[in-house]
Amino acid sequence: MNFKYLYSLILVIALFLIAYAGVEMAGMQFVFGILVPYAAVVIFLWGFISKILCWANSAVPFRIPTTAGQQKSLDWIRQNKIDNPSTTIGVVVRMALEILTFRSLFRNTKMALHKGAKLIYSWEIWLWVGALAFHWAFFTTVTRHLRFFTDPVPFPITLLEKADSFFQVGLPLVFQSGIVLLAALLFLFLRRLLEPQVRYISLAADYFPLFLLIGIALSGILMRYFIKTDVVAAKELAMGLVTFQPCIPETVGSIFYIHLFLVSTLLAYFPFSKLMHFGGVFLSPTRNQANNTRMQRHVNPWNYPVNTHTYEEYEDEFREKMIDAGLPVDKE
Amino acid sequence: MNDKKKIITGLAIFLFLFTLPIWYNLVSATSAPEPELSAKAKAAKTCVRSKEYMVAEHMQLLDVWRDTVVRTGERTYTNPDGKQFNMSLSTGENSCIGCHVSKADFCDKCHNYASVNPYCWDCHIDPKEKK
Ligand code: HEC
Ligand code: HEC
Ligand code: HEC
Ligand code: HEM
Repeated sequence: MNFKYLYSLILVIALFLIAYAGVEMAGMQFVFGILVPYAAVVIFLWGFISKILCWANSAVPFRIPTTAGQQKSLDWIRQNKIDNPSTTIGVVVRMALEILTFRSLFRNTKMALHKGAKLIYSWEIWLWVGALAFHWAFFTTVTRHLRFFTDPVPFPITLLEKADSFFQVGLPLVFQSGIVLLAALLFLFLRRLLEPQVRYISLAADYFPLFLLIGIALSGILMRYFIKTDVVAAKELAMGLVTFQPCIPETVGSIFYIHLFLVSTLLAYFPFSKLMHFGGVFLSPTRNQANNTRMQRHVNPWNYPVNTHTYEEYEDEFREKMIDAGLPVDKE
Repeated sequence: MNDKKKIITGLAIFLFLFTLPIWYNLVSATSAPEPELSAKAKAAKTCVRSKEYMVAEHMQLLDVWRDTVVRTGERTYTNPDGKQFNMSLSTGENSCIGCHVSKADFCDKCHNYASVNPYCWDCHIDPKEKK
C-alpha cells in the first residue's frame, strides 16, 4: 500500500490550521492578508519567469515529423492537416485543440489482461473527462474571481457569472463551476487512490496539488454557502492588494484568510512543481512544430562545418576527363 | 536555433494577463460602497437581525422568508429579540424595502461593488425606482 497521500493530506491540513490559528488566536491578519499574498505573488512571478526563460534556452534543432497523421506528400495522398500540419495555421489549430480540449489525453488507452490470458487495449476516457472538467471549472472560477479584483466589474465577468448561476439554485445562487471543480478534484484523487497501477506510481508531489486545490475549493464553497463572511469587506481587501493600498477590513472572517492562505501556497508552490505544465504545454515539441522538413532545410546550429563536395562541383572539376573517358555528364 | 523570441512573446502576454487587474484599476476609480441608511431605518435603529448577521447572511434570510411565505402562508417573522417584521421583500412598511426605502441607494450600492445582480427584481418591483 502506498501511503504517500497521507504526507500531502497532513501538510494541507497543517496549512489550514496555520491560517486558522494565525488569524483566530494570534490576530495576524496583516501577515495572512497582506504579507503572505504579496510574497506568494512575487515568488510565483519570479519562479515562473525564470523557469520559462531557462526552457527558452533549449535548442530546437530540427522538426519532429513523427506525429499521428499522414504528412504532406504527393498531391493525390490526402494530408492530415491538423495532426501533421505543414503550415503555421495547422500548428495553431493543433495546439489550440491540445490546450483547450486535451486531444492527446483523449486518445488515452488502457492495457489489461482479459480473463487472465488475452491482452486487450481499450479506450480510457475517464481521465480525460475528469481532467477537462477540472481545468475548465478552474478557469471559470478564477475568471469569475476577477470580480474581487476589478471595479467596476467588466461586462464579460458579469456575463460569465450569469451563465454560471444559470439554474438559479438557492440564495446566494449556486455557481456550477465551483461544484464541478470540487467534484472533479475528488474524482482525480480517487483515481489515484483506488486504481492500483496509478497508486503505485503516485508520489506525495502528485497528491499535494490535489489536496491543496481541494482545500481551496472547499474553503471557497464553505465561505459562499455555509460559513458566511462579509464579501464586500473581502473585496476591499483584494482591491487593496491590487491597487497597492493594502488594508485589513475588520469584518472579514477567518475562513477568508484560510482560503487566501491556501491560494498563496498554491501560487508560491506552482513554479517549482509539476503544475508548470501550464507553461510547458505550449512548448510540447511534438505538437508545436510544423512538419515542413521536406520544404525547408533545418540546419543544426552546432554542427561542425562539414566540407562538402557536391556532384555538380565534382563534375565541374573533372568534366573534360569524364568526356574523354566516355562517361555521361549532366552539363556539356 | 531556439524559439526564444516566440517564448518571450508568449511569456509577456501571460504576464500582462496575470497582472491585468493592476492595469485595469489604474484607469478606473475605486472606493468601498457606503449603503445609505434611510431616515426610516435610522429611526428604527436596528435591522431584522444583528448588523454582522445581515451583512453576511441577508440573502439566506430572504431565502427562508420566501420559502416560508410561499409554502406555509405565514407572513410575520419574529426575530430572536421578539420583534416582529413583515416577511416580505418590498410589501408593507416593515419589509426590507419598506424600511430601507430605496433599492438604488441601499441594496444596489453593495451589489454593484460586489457584482451581484439578484434576479428578484424581475418580478418584485421596487416602487420608488421608477423615474
Ligand atoms: C453590505 C452590503 C450589502 C447590502 C446593503 C445589501 N446586500 Fe445583498 N448582497 C451583498 C453581497 C456582497 C452579496 C453576495 C454575497 C456572496 O457573493 O456570497 C449579496 C447578495 C444578495 C442576494 C443574492 C444574490 C445572488 O444572486 O446570489 C440577494 C437576493 C440580496 N443580496 C438581496 C439584498 C437586498 C434586497 C438588499 C437591500 C434591502 C441587499 N441585498 C442589501 C451585499 C449587500
Ligand atoms: C425596521 C427597519 C428595517 C428593516 C425592516 C430591515 N432593515 Fe436592514 N437595516 C436596518 C438598520 C437600522 C440597519 C443598520 C444597522 C446597524 O448599523 O447596526 C440595517 C442594516 C442592514 C444591512 C447592513 C448594511 C451595512 O451598512 O452594512 C443590510 C445588508 C440590511 N440591513 C439588509 C436588510 C434586508 C435584506 C432586509 C429584509 C430582509 C432588511 N434589511 C430589513 C433597518 C431595517
Ligand atoms: C418569477 C417571479 C419571481 C422572482 C424572480 C422572485 N419572486 Fe419572490 N415571489 C414571487 C411571487 C409570485 C411571490 C408570492 C407573493 C405573495 O404571495 O405575496 C413571491 C414572494 C416572495 C416573498 C414573500 C412575500 C413578499 O411580499 O415578499 C419573498 C421574501 C420573496 N418572494 C423573495 C424573493 C427573492 C429574495 C427573490 C430573488 C432572489 C425573489 N423573490 C424572486 C415571485 C418571484
Ligand atoms: C486558485 C485560485 C482560487 C480558486 C480555485 C478559488 C476557488 C473558489 C471557489 C470554488 C469558491 C466558491 C464559490 C464559487 O464557486 O465562486 C470561492 C469563493 C470565494 N473566493 Fe476563491 N478561489 C481562488 C482564489 C481566491 C482569491 C485570490 C481570493 C481573494 C480575494 C478569493 C476570494 C474568495 C471569496 C471572497 C469567495 C466567496 C465568494 C462569495 O461568497 O460569493 N479566492 N473561491
